[in-house]
Amino acid sequence: MDSFDDVIIDIKQLSFSRGERAIYDNVDIQVPRGKITAIMGPSGTGKTTLLRLIGGQLMPENGSILVDGKDIPRLNRRELFKMRSRMGMLFQSGALFTDISVYENVAFPMRVHTDLSEEMIRDVVLMKLHAVGLRGARDLMPSELSGGMARRVALARAIALDPEIVMYDEPFAGQDPIAMGVLVNLIRRLNRALGHTSIIVSHDIQETLAIADYIYLISDAEVVARGTPEEINNATSMKVRQFIQGLPDGPVPFHFPAGDYQSELLQDS
Amino acid sequence: MLDLLARLGHNGLKKLEAFGSAGIILMQSLIARPQPATMLPLVIKQIHFVGVLSLIIIVVSGLFIGMVLGLQGYTILVDYGSEQAVGQMVALSLVRELAPVVTALLFAGRAGSALTAEIGLMKATEQLSSLEMIGVDPLRRIVAPRLWAGFICLPVLATIFSLVGIFGGALVGIEWLGIYEGSFWSNMQNSVDFSEDILNGLIKAVVFGFVVTWIAVFQGYDCVPTSEGISDATTKTVVYASLSVLALDFVLTALMFGDL
Ligand SMILES: Nc1ncnc2c1ncn2[C@@H]1O[C@H](COP(=O)(O)OP(=O)(O)OP(=O)(O)O)[C@@H](O)[C@H]1O
Ligand SMILES: [Mg+2]
Repeated sequence: MDSFDDVIIDIKQLSFSRGERAIYDNVDIQVPRGKITAIMGPSGTGKTTLLRLIGGQLMPENGSILVDGKDIPRLNRRELFKMRSRMGMLFQSGALFTDISVYENVAFPMRVHTDLSEEMIRDVVLMKLHAVGLRGARDLMPSELSGGMARRVALARAIALDPEIVMYDEPFAGQDPIAMGVLVNLIRRLNRALGHTSIIVSHDIQETLAIADYIYLISDAEVVARGTPEEINNATSMKVRQFIQGLPDGPVPFHFPAGDYQSELLQDS
Repeated sequence: MLDLLARLGHNGLKKLEAFGSAGIILMQSLIARPQPATMLPLVIKQIHFVGVLSLIIIVVSGLFIGMVLGLQGYTILVDYGSEQAVGQMVALSLVRELAPVVTALLFAGRAGSALTAEIGLMKATEQLSSLEMIGVDPLRRIVAPRLWAGFICLPVLATIFSLVGIFGGALVGIEWLGIYEGSFWSNMQNSVDFSEDILNGLIKAVVFGFVVTWIAVFQGYDCVPTSEGISDATTKTVVYASLSVLALDFVLTALMFGDL
C-alpha cells in the first residue's frame, strides 16, 4: 500500500450501510493533497455515497473522515458549513437552482461567501462560464439547457470559489467528445495551476486513467484495488482486469444482489 | 388483535416522530441570528408568490360568499321583519368565522400545495443538497422565508376576504333586494366590535397561517424525493392543513366566544 507525503482527506475504518446492505465495510481511503484522485467502481457500489460522506451530508456508522485534520462527522453545524465552503461539489444530476439564471447560479456561492463587488463577481462568473464554453448561455434559465450543458454550468458553479477540494460526480457523463476533451483539460488545468485537490467519480476509464494521479477501485463494500494509473492498468487481478476491459463475465457482479435467476424464473409467484 | 395493536402503536410512534421533526425544522428555521439584508428580498419574493398570486381566488370567493350570505340572511330575516340586520349578520359571520377559515382552506389548496411541491422538487433534484454543500442552510434560505411569508399573508388575505365579502353582501342586500342603505350600514357598525370580533378574527388568521405554512413546508422538506413521494406529500398538505384549520377553529372559537 502506498503512502502519501501529504494527505488532505484521510478516511479510516469507514462503515456505512443502507438498511441491511453494507455500502462500506471498514474501508480506508487516503486522498493526497493537490492531486487528482479517481474513485471507480460498478454502478451502485457507493461512489456518490462516499462523496456525500466526505461532504458531511451522511453520517458514517463507524470510523473517521478527517478533512485537513478535522473529523467531519464530529463537527457541529457551524463548523461543518465552514468546512463546506472550502469544498466544491459537482452533483451527479447537476442540481442547478431552477429559479435563477445560469449567471446567478454561478454567482451564488460568491454572493454567499464573499463581499466581492458586482463587477468582480461578473468577471469571475464570465471567466468560469467561458472555461466550460458557456459564456453565451449566461442569460438562459436552467430549464433551457441540455443535460450536458447543465452539467457544465454546475461544474462552473462548483469551482466558482476556487475551493481547495473539488469533488466531481461523473463530470464526463453526457458530454460529446469535444466537450469531454475540454473538461478533461479544464480539470487537469485547475489542478496543476491552482493546486486544487480533485476527486473524480467516473465510468470513463480512458479519460480517468489519463488524468488521475491515483485511482481507487471500489466494489462490494471494499477497496479492491488502488494505485497509479500504470499500476491499475498492469494489475493482474481478475476483478481489476474485468472492470478496466469492461467484460460482462468475471468476479465483479453486474447484477444488484439477488436470488438465483433460474429458480426465481421457475418459481410460482 | 395484538397485531392490530402493534400496528396502531407503530403508526402512532411514527406520527409522533414526524411531529417532533416538524418541530425541530420549525425551530431551526426561525430561531437564527436575523440577517435582514439577505432575508428581506427572499421574504418579499415569497409574499409575492404565496400572497399576491392568491389574491384573485380570495377576492372572487369572498365576493360570492358575501353575496350568498346576503341572500340567505335576507330570506330568513325577512320573515321576522328584520331584514336591516342582514348587514350585521354578513359582517359578523365573515369577520369572526368565514374569512379566516375559508381563506385558510383556499390558501392551503392554492399556496400550501405549491409550497410542498416546490420544496419537494428541490429535494428530488438535489438542489437542497447542493445548497448544503455550498455552505448554506436550506432551512434558513428556503424554508424560513416561506414560513414568514405565510404568517404575514394570511391575515392580510383574510382581511381582504372580509372586506370584499361585506361589499358582496351589500351589493345583494341594498342594490338587489332593496334593504334601506342607512340601516344596513349602521346596524353593521353598531354590532361589530373591534377587539371582540375583528381582533379575534385576525388572531385566527395568524394561527391558521402559521399552521398551514408549517405543514406545507414540512411535508415538502420531509417528502420521499420521487414523483410519487411529492404527489403524496402535496395531498397530505391539503388534507392535514384543512383538517387542522377546522379543528383549530373550533378550539379557538370556544376559547374566544365560549363564555358568552
Ligand atoms: N436514499 C437512499 N436510500 C436507500 N438506499 C440508497 C439511497 N441512496 C442510495 N442508496 C443505495 O446505496 C447504494 C449506493 O448508491 P450510490 O448512489 O452511492 O451509488 P454509485 O456508486 O454512485 O452508483 P452510480 O455509479 O450508478 O452513480 C445503491 O445501491 C443504492 O441502492
Ligand atoms: Mg453515483
